Amino acid sequence: MAIALRDVVKRYTDRDGTSIAAVDGLTLDVPDGVCLGLLGPNGAGKSTTMRLLTAQSLPDEGTIDVLGHEVPREAKQARALMGVVPQTDNLDEELTVRQNLEVFARLYRVPRAGLREAVGRALEVAHLTGRAETRVVNLSGGMRRRLLVARGLVHSPRLVLLDEPTVGLDPQVRADLWGLIAGLRASGVTVLMSTHYIEEAERLADTCALMSHGKVIADGSPAELIASHAGEHVEEHEGSPERLAEIEGLARRAGLPTRRTGPTVSVLRAEHIPSSLADTLADGGSNGHRILHRPANLEDVFVMLTGETVD
Amino acid sequence: MRPLTERLRAFEWAPVRGVWRRELALFRRYWASSSFASLIEPTIWLLAFGFGFGALVGHVAGYRYVDFVGTGVVATATLFTSAFPGMFNTYIRRTYQHSYDAVLAAPVDVHEVVAGEASWIAVKSGVYSCAPILVALAFGLRPGVGVIAVPVVTVLTAAGFALFGVWTSTIVPSINSFDYIISGVLAPLFLVAGTFFPIGGLPGWAQTLAHVNPLYHCVELVRHAVFGFHPLADLGHVGALVVFAALMWLLAVRGMRRRLID
Ligand SMILES: Nc1ncnc2c1ncn2[C@@H]1O[C@H](COP(=O)(O)OP(=O)(O)OP(=O)(O)O)[C@@H](O)[C@H]1O
Ligand SMILES: [Mg+2]
Repeated sequence: MAIALRDVVKRYTDRDGTSIAAVDGLTLDVPDGVCLGLLGPNGAGKSTTMRLLTAQSLPDEGTIDVLGHEVPREAKQARALMGVVPQTDNLDEELTVRQNLEVFARLYRVPRAGLREAVGRALEVAHLTGRAETRVVNLSGGMRRRLLVARGLVHSPRLVLLDEPTVGLDPQVRADLWGLIAGLRASGVTVLMSTHYIEEAERLADTCALMSHGKVIADGSPAELIASHAGEHVEEHEGSPERLAEIEGLARRAGLPTRRTGPTVSVLRAEHIPSSLADTLADGGSNGHRILHRPANLEDVFVMLTGETVD
Repeated sequence: MRPLTERLRAFEWAPVRGVWRRELALFRRYWASSSFASLIEPTIWLLAFGFGFGALVGHVAGYRYVDFVGTGVVATATLFTSAFPGMFNTYIRRTYQHSYDAVLAAPVDVHEVVAGEASWIAVKSGVYSCAPILVALAFGLRPGVGVIAVPVVTVLTAAGFALFGVWTSTIVPSINSFDYIISGVLAPLFLVAGTFFPIGGLPGWAQTLAHVNPLYHCVELVRHAVFGFHPLADLGHVGALVVFAALMWLLAVRGMRRRLID
């Protein structure tokens, strides 16, 4: 196991004395060489989990093992072996792209002889070779993100933590980063990636853990998660609010999960709709009621289990 | 070679070198303006006090007034060029730039970051604070050989005040609160240190206070280095500066740990 968390609890106390458990009995394994997508709505505890792994947060309960090192006791050793790409940009704005990479290559103890090569490789990975001497303040948002990723890879780590690596990026840059992450995975690097972009998890993750209120509420490969929670097919109904409410009621009574997305109601596990009900559901096509059949996806699972809408 | 993880010790120089590398990269950009300021400021002090005031005062505590001030200004330069970056730079880097969050995700611990920041400030401030001596030479200062010990004194003093700055940066609620520290702590230290006038003329309580003022010990050491050591007293002054720096180190590391690790 590259990462093993057991019953980890992390509480924060607010100014007014109320205590909240950001991570609340989290148990999670990330096997070597796997890309695990940590999915969860805002505030689920994804970033806190990442900070616990680097010992920038100290757990109140539970045990954490990273690459064979007990964290926080041997956190320095564990940190030497992993690369971290944080959710918030913390590049050194006053330095150039190259200087940012050089400083971190140093901090990661890249030997002097291999420094130039390591920095050159990181520049290439981030497609920033031509911008090496540009100061970070003068980079675009997408370039900064790529540099942030490259900085976490400068020492060729065995394990990479990516906290929402593509948040707020345009589709082009996002696709670029996806390519980069897929490349890491292909080369055998273990990746723990948090995201709330479902598509990102579907494309990149071998296995997903769905987090809500500080714990994992479901896990498995995207296909397994979909099969066990949303079934094969989904019927998406569009119509008047009264009609939609009626459909929701009917489906629930038949034991089928539903979800609302804007002006539609989706009935999950549509393959299990009894034929009697199928007719009732399909009826009423008069006042603009339309039905769309589609395969179930990870988003259905996410929304169903967390009760949250997604981007 | 043994694997990296076995070689990591509780205190490593690599993080300190990392901080230095960053600062040197920046320094290459601003050294000219810094150097200009560090020479011009004491020149103005010496012109104003040394000549303006010195014409009235002549000699003070057995020194020519211009020599008295020339050596005193070394200490004030040390205070301001170490405490200010200690406070503002570390505050800005921690709260606005999140630089330490980045660094602490690497194999770096809080005390190493503090050591890196404080040592850089101490050396830069300590070296620049010697500039007034150069200016004073032009004003007729004739130092003894002990003058070569001045940088040691200023680096030691600057280390203490840099760490003081790092510590206060962890206790202020906002960057504006530094005004309290500057007016409430640094200004009094600056005034009651024997820089521009000897503390002998002050009321008893103020003299007592001066003895717990690290800057006073710095002023004394600088003057003695330039004009002749008083071995026993100077040992005490060095001791006071070492104790001050050690205490500030403990407070700075504890404060930073509280702010950076949750
Ligand atoms: N330093 C802190 N002090 C107090 N509360 C905190 C702190 N850090 C996190 N929290 C709280 O812990 C909970 C989990 O936060 P966390 O940042 O881990 O969520 P997340 O899953 O990363 O969310 P997002 O998708 O918005 O990034 C939130 O309720 C947050 O307000
Ligand atoms: Mg987060």
